[in-house]
Amino acid sequence: MKTPLSSILLVLFGSFVGSFGTIFLKAGADKLERSVKGVLTNWRLPVGILIYLTSFSMYTVAVKTGELTILYPMVSLGYLWTLIWSRLIFKEPLTRNKFIGVGMILFGVVILNLGNR
Amino acid sequence: MMEKIPVSHSPDPTTDSSVPSKRNRFKGNIMVVGCTILGAAAQMLIKQGTSMMPPLYDPAAGSVLSQAPMIAWNIISNLPLFGGLACYGISTILLVLALRYGELSVLYPIIALTYVWVTMLSVGFLGETLNVYKVAGLAFIVLGVGVLGRKDKDA
Repeated sequence: MKTPLSSILLVLFGSFVGSFGTIFLKAGADKLERSVKGVLTNWRLPVGILIYLTSFSMYTVAVKTGELTILYPMVSLGYLWTLIWSRLIFKEPLTRNKFIGVGMILFGVVILNLGNR
Repeated sequence: MMEKIPVSHSPDPTTDSSVPSKRNRFKGNIMVVGCTILGAAAQMLIKQGTSMMPPLYDPAAGSVLSQAPMIAWNIISNLPLFGGLACYGISTILLVLALRYGELSVLYPIIALTYVWVTMLSVGFLGETLNVYKVAGLAFIVLGVGVLGRKDKDA
């Protein structure tokens, strides 16, 4: 069974959406106060979880008509998006290892998709 | 340009609690291995759940609104799907807890094992096939995640 392009694009977009969930969780955790009120009034955490669930739903629809050997490893693209947002939003340094690691992941995803037949 | 880190700020394993002990590192590694197994199980359940789910919307049977209760029921009553979501959630929490014990540079490559488990289970249980592109692609992804988590010598 060949995995349809629609499923591949949906996982691609789902990993992109999911990376915003990570951003909101990180932003929420950074501002988190250690009290009941602090946790309850931290709107960033539930927004992050909601985005995760959206991304999860997209992934679920995608795997209904596709192979996990193609679609699941593509979830690793989330590392690429997260790296970009960490650099742009949290000003985290882009080290050589991060750059090479994400490059290898990207290359791996391309090679993997050549095997979709 | 690189940041110079003062020697006095480099962590001392005997006094700094942020440096994991050998015992805690082991604990962290075991937790992450558990987390990858749970994560792979989640994938199998999700796939199982989506396979058994009927087409959600039938245009011939009326409007989306009139079918809404049936659609909602078909999603909510799908036990494997929610079992998968639960496994996924627990494995994520386990990972966050494990990150406190272990060293990130070791945990990252272990996390990437999930991709290997899922591929093996997909071949074993879902009848999917492998080819040289899939294996090579997977290898690059797993190695890439490992490199990503490595400490930079100059950082």
